[in-house]
Amino acid sequence: MKTESNIDIRAKEIEKLKKYKYGFITDIESIRAPKGLNEEVIRFISKIKKEPKWMLDFRLKAFERFKQLKEPNWQKPKYPKIDYQDLYYYSAPKSMDDKPKSLDELDPKLLETYKKLGIPLQEQARLNGIAVDAVFDSVSVATTFKGELTKQGIIFCSMSEAIQKHPELVKKYLGSVIPTTDHFFATLNSAVFTDGSFVYIPKNIRCPMELSTYFRINASETGQFERTLIIADKGSYVSYLEGCTAPMRDENQLHAANVELIALDDAEIKYSTVQNWYPGDKDGKGGIYNFVTKRGLCEGKNSKISWTQVETGSAITWKYPSCILKGDNSIGEFYSIAITNNHQKADTGTKMIHLGKNTKSKIISKGISAGFSDMMYRGLVDISSKADNARNFTQCDSLLMGNKCGAHTIPYIKNKNLQSNIEHEATTSKISDEQLFYCNQRGLNQEEAVSLIVNGFCKEVLQQLPMEFAVEAQKLVAISLEGSVG
Amino acid sequence: MLKIEDLKAKIDNKDILKGLNLEIKPGEVHAIMGPNGSGKSTLSNVLSGKKGYEISGKVTFEEKNLLNLEVEERAHKGIFLAFQYPLEIPGVNTNIFLKTSLNAIKKSRGEKELDAIEFLKLVKQKALDLKFDEKILSRQLNVGFSGGEKKKNEILQMSILNPKLSILDETDSGLDIDALKIVSEGVNALRSKKSSFLIITHYQRLLDYIKPDFVHVLIDGKIVKSGGSELALELEKKGYENFN
Repeated sequence: MKTESNIDIRAKEIEKLKKYKYGFITDIESIRAPKGLNEEVIRFISKIKKEPKWMLDFRLKAFERFKQLKEPNWQKPKYPKIDYQDLYYYSAPKSMDDKPKSLDELDPKLLETYKKLGIPLQEQARLNGIAVDAVFDSVSVATTFKGELTKQGIIFCSMSEAIQKHPELVKKYLGSVIPTTDHFFATLNSAVFTDGSFVYIPKNIRCPMELSTYFRINASETGQFERTLIIADKGSYVSYLEGCTAPMRDENQLHAANVELIALDDAEIKYSTVQNWYPGDKDGKGGIYNFVTKRGLCEGKNSKISWTQVETGSAITWKYPSCILKGDNSIGEFYSIAITNNHQKADTGTKMIHLGKNTKSKIISKGISAGFSDMMYRGLVDISSKADNARNFTQCDSLLMGNKCGAHTIPYIKNKNLQSNIEHEATTSKISDEQLFYCNQRGLNQEEAVSLIVNGFCKEVLQQLPMEFAVEAQKLVAISLEGSVG
Repeated sequence: MLKIEDLKAKIDNKDILKGLNLEIKPGEVHAIMGPNGSGKSTLSNVLSGKKGYEISGKVTFEEKNLLNLEVEERAHKGIFLAFQYPLEIPGVNTNIFLKTSLNAIKKSRGEKELDAIEFLKLVKQKALDLKFDEKILSRQLNVGFSGGEKKKNEILQMSILNPKLSILDETDSGLDIDALKIVSEGVNALRSKKSSFLIITHYQRLLDYIKPDFVHVLIDGKIVKSGGSELALELEKKGYENFN
């Protein structure tokens, strides 16, 4: 009898895990911009955020450019045409209208939402030494640990606040890595972006805690266009992590963020993403379109930018976090785990642009496809004629589960310098029935066995995540693949 | 403990086991010897629950039907299979694999799971008992292991999981004489009144080191003769042909 009830409990646990546990909707009154995309809406956004004229001009310039651009369609995952006039470009909880001055004044429904997501905003219930900026739909609702960071001169706030309080920094760096004229989605973002995080680390300061932004899409028919800007001044260091979730909705929702990183001489930025947007149901209905532009500029000599991503959510993931290695001796790294299950699709990878001398880049990509999903690694290593002694190492491994999914690798290599060194390794493998039998024989059930094997496959990347998140990410990897074998 | 009655197994419409009977009592060591293709590995696969076989007959383990249990449920009940070809699992640390395995079994029995420190203590002691180099444990599971290291690792896992019935599927194949000795000593150390062994092998030489209580000759899917350990010597002398 005892074993039976144990089995029952386990079955329930598994059932619970299989569901997307972040799929709830917060019932909260919102203020929205009128539906559609036009100059009025952009002026509305800028006005409601009380932006200075230079910011409005930045947006309008981007919008002018946007009108001339065509939506790209070279990517592998195709999607039905998006009607950009049928979206809301701004949605904010009404209670944020009069900005709360402290967490105590924050709408309890918002606090409850983040609590449910496992993100405590009250500082007494804090995670160990992690400062959080919480972005709900189009606005940042809370930033924790500000006081402690300010003492060291570190700025960690919402982008809206940075535009008001630190215009000189924003003016100088916003759009310096991803220009307003860049490409369709990036330009759209420049025109309509609503909020996001802003980080500035002063000279020779090592940021004493992990900085983290938690993005949440709640409202329906709403695009999320956040903008993040991180500047690491000479000799500084920062580790930053973003997490993302969204409710389960039948419609597809667009998320087109821009993230810009700038590392000056001897500075280092470590940027980690755990992306768990709603992936759609098992038949491929609904889910987020995650079309994001992330780019880091190693501006100074000896600087370093490292991207780590764990991409398990979204109906379609389409992004290439990149590094421009301008400073001599600068280093770019990209560590990625991308998992697609059911009908999810991903076209992701990185670009490493070597401009300076002795620049180094490293790409470790682990793609896992299951169900009917399709996974593409696409990457560019571009070595310019001036990048003497540039080095790149790329490793792309794909793991297939079942026989109805796909995995593809397209590495582009452009080399204009004979004194450079480029290495590329790629493997494709399958989890074998024999491996599963071996694990089962040692007492692990099918799901535990898959989780163990997959976590082994991803180990090199998981190791790159900040400790606090590595465990979370491991669990996420296992949950994303529930029910994919057997 | 284990009772097999008229066990038949088919794969891809081919009859492999054709009515096998065997009973193993607690504390007994049984050896099954047979030529290539006689059904030795099929027997260990069927007992541990590997899928893909069409099975008839009856197998009970501690008086309960074994055949309707999943592979992991049989493991939870105390059945261990030392693989002829242990599988490589890249990226998975051997220690972590073992700990996950031990705790899965403990959990299924409602016992307290071991934390990392308790586990390391246990594993260190076992490695010492078996004279195994514990460096093996910090490497990726079976990746780049020599044949001997893989088999030693199986025996170490066996000693940590402490099964009621251990099935050794040609554990002696591919071992040099020194490794064979170490593996055999490991098995002997685990012998007790409560634990039973089913040793499947081609050759008599393993039985020089592990003295079985019973020897069975398996030919063409059936046990054609059973006896004491002297039967193994007789077999070695006469060859399998004369038992047909």
